[in-house]
Amino acid sequence: MILVLIDHDLGEIDPLSLRALTAARKLSEEVEAVVIGEAGRSVADIVGNYGAKVLHVATHAELTDYTPAASGRALVQLIEKLAPQALLAVGSPRGNEQLAHVATMMDLPMASECSEITFGKPHSVVRARWAANLFEDALVHSDLLIATVLAFSVEPELAPGETKAKVEVFMVELSSADLRVKVLSRGGDTGRGGVTLADAKVIVSGGRGVGGPEGFAALEELADLLEGTVGCSRVVTSAGWRPHAEQVGQTGTKVAPDLYIAAGISGAMQHIAGCKNSKNIVVINTDPEAPIMAYADYAIIGDLHQVIPALTAAIKEMKGK
Amino acid sequence: MNVLVCLKRVPLAGSTFLLTPDSTEIDTKHLGFGISPHEENAVEAGVQLIEQMGGALTLLTLGPTEAEEQLRSQLAIGASRAILVETEGEDWDPQATAAALVEAIKAEETQFDLLLFGAESADSAGYQIHIRIAHALGLPIVTNVKSMKIANGIAECERVAGTSREIYQTPLPAVITVRDGLNIPRYPSVPGRIQARKKPIDHKKPTPRVPKLEKVSLSIAPSNTAGAQILGKGAEAVPALVEVLKAIGILA
Ligand SMILES: Cc1cc2nc3c(=O)[nH]c(=O)nc-3n(C[C@H](O)[C@H](O)[C@H](O)COP(=O)(O)OP(=O)(O)OC[C@H]3O[C@@H](n4cnc5c(N)ncnc54)[C@H](O)[C@@H]3O)c2cc1C
Ligand SMILES: Nc1ncnc2c1ncn2[C@@H]1O[C@H](COP(=O)(O)O)[C@@H](O)[C@H]1O
Repeated sequence: MILVLIDHDLGEIDPLSLRALTAARKLSEEVEAVVIGEAGRSVADIVGNYGAKVLHVATHAELTDYTPAASGRALVQLIEKLAPQALLAVGSPRGNEQLAHVATMMDLPMASECSEITFGKPHSVVRARWAANLFEDALVHSDLLIATVLAFSVEPELAPGETKAKVEVFMVELSSADLRVKVLSRGGDTGRGGVTLADAKVIVSGGRGVGGPEGFAALEELADLLEGTVGCSRVVTSAGWRPHAEQVGQTGTKVAPDLYIAAGISGAMQHIAGCKNSKNIVVINTDPEAPIMAYADYAIIGDLHQVIPALTAAIKEMKGK
Repeated sequence: MNVLVCLKRVPLAGSTFLLTPDSTEIDTKHLGFGISPHEENAVEAGVQLIEQMGGALTLLTLGPTEAEEQLRSQLAIGASRAILVETEGEDWDPQATAAALVEAIKAEETQFDLLLFGAESADSAGYQIHIRIAHALGLPIVTNVKSMKIANGIAECERVAGTSREIYQTPLPAVITVRDGLNIPRYPSVPGRIQARKKPIDHKKPTPRVPKLEKVSLSIAPSNTAGAQILGKGAEAVPALVEVLKAIGILA
């Protein structure tokens, strides 16, 4: 049996978790899911639809909010009870973190961000390195495989037929050491004008070629017109031209909009790592040899300070503004 | 306040990596080296803390002899001293790396109030060295921190997970892992560089361990497009772009 950790926020499922369930179903008929905390019970129907036969609800009076060390403890106890062949989660910050706690507590290896998994003795995995610019074939020497699934390597798929997950409550024992870290408050991320980078359908992104903080006014105007938001490269945030919340890339945000306009960005692989899942990439760059051309769908060779205002004007005219 | 920062020497490349002929390593003949942006932020945070509160900032790395380069450049920013746990240059798996770093930390006379890490390493991105070290030292850990305040033996940290922003609180001593954007790391000054040359670096030999997560080979990710369709030059290409935006459903 494969046990899949489903992440949720006070009962609201992290949809990326469904990718881990789908990956598990491709490896085994026997897939069960686990949520940490009573509030997670509400995901039973959806995890059933995605093929989990049982939803284990790890329950404890103190497990009311996200506490990674306590989650780890709960998972270790459930693993001891169920003896699955693998524990999987999606390779999100939370998935990676909770499974790392489990692996540490059990003194086992953990393979993060796997795009392929083959059970064996040892297990083999293919895992992402350098924000998926490189892949590593690796062997995992342990009976229980603890691994996170590279989110964008698998699309979520509903299980065939009528499926329903049976809910089973599992009582957890925690020590005070598991609860030393406390959540004081939480809230949603608010982006510019309410559109967050991660959810935006259109992103107008600028790099060193924008030349300075003032240059971003034209990008903002275009982004507003397209009901999108502004992104940028690391050169821009390091220079303090834009806030870090707008940085796209390996150490910034990973985005997947319908349209990503990259203006004055060369296309370093650490930047591409954050935008390559965009449906359409349009590049505006003075250099026809810029590496970003290889990832772009469409390109205009030219100065962004001319192209962007001209594009804004053309769209305004079209919209009759 | 005694602060420790763990950092890792990694090769830096612009648009793509080349591999060695046997595909087990990155070909680094023509590459420079550095550390992850996350770890640069960790060092900057450590320097700011000892500037405000006094104390010392120690750097720790497991890596080849050449990792002295990365230690020196971070010492130039304001760290006090460094420890290099020296390998022969081969990759160490996460459990072995964490165990060797724990050994080095336990051998220190200093009790660290705060151990800072990058959220993940740039090259291997295992998301785990810090968690393993926190457990081995019996310390609480907060990961993915974007801003923090430290006062009266308590750290208040804002962390990101998905789209939610959360404020976490942990008593010190603790392990905190930080993200790019925590601060803007300063550039080393000329006097800083000169002082760094004289700052002490302890060299240690770690006990080798059999890898449980064993690297077999590397491959380059395939690039997903055939290259751009060039719409034209300068503002003259704008009408063509408007047509594209209509075709892909962005403009009605
Ligand atoms: C571990 C690690 C993680 C990193 N993470 C990130 C990350 O998350 N995000 C990120 O972006 N970077 C990241 N980087 C940095 C990355 O390697 C590059 O340094 C950075 O992306 C380059 O930014 P840029 O394209 O804006 O600047 P440059 O590389 O300097 O490119 C500027 C481009 O603008 C063009 N240009 C100049 N003037 C004009 C003009 N008037 N009109 C049109 N085009 C013009 C130039 O032709 C050039 O192509 C990371 C690096 C490391 C080592
Ligand atoms: N070889 C190493 N030496 C010192 N610190 C390391 C080493 N490898 C990883 N780290 C630290 O652990 C963090 C997480 O690494 P990882 O688990 O590989 O993602 C890094 O950002 C560093 O702060």
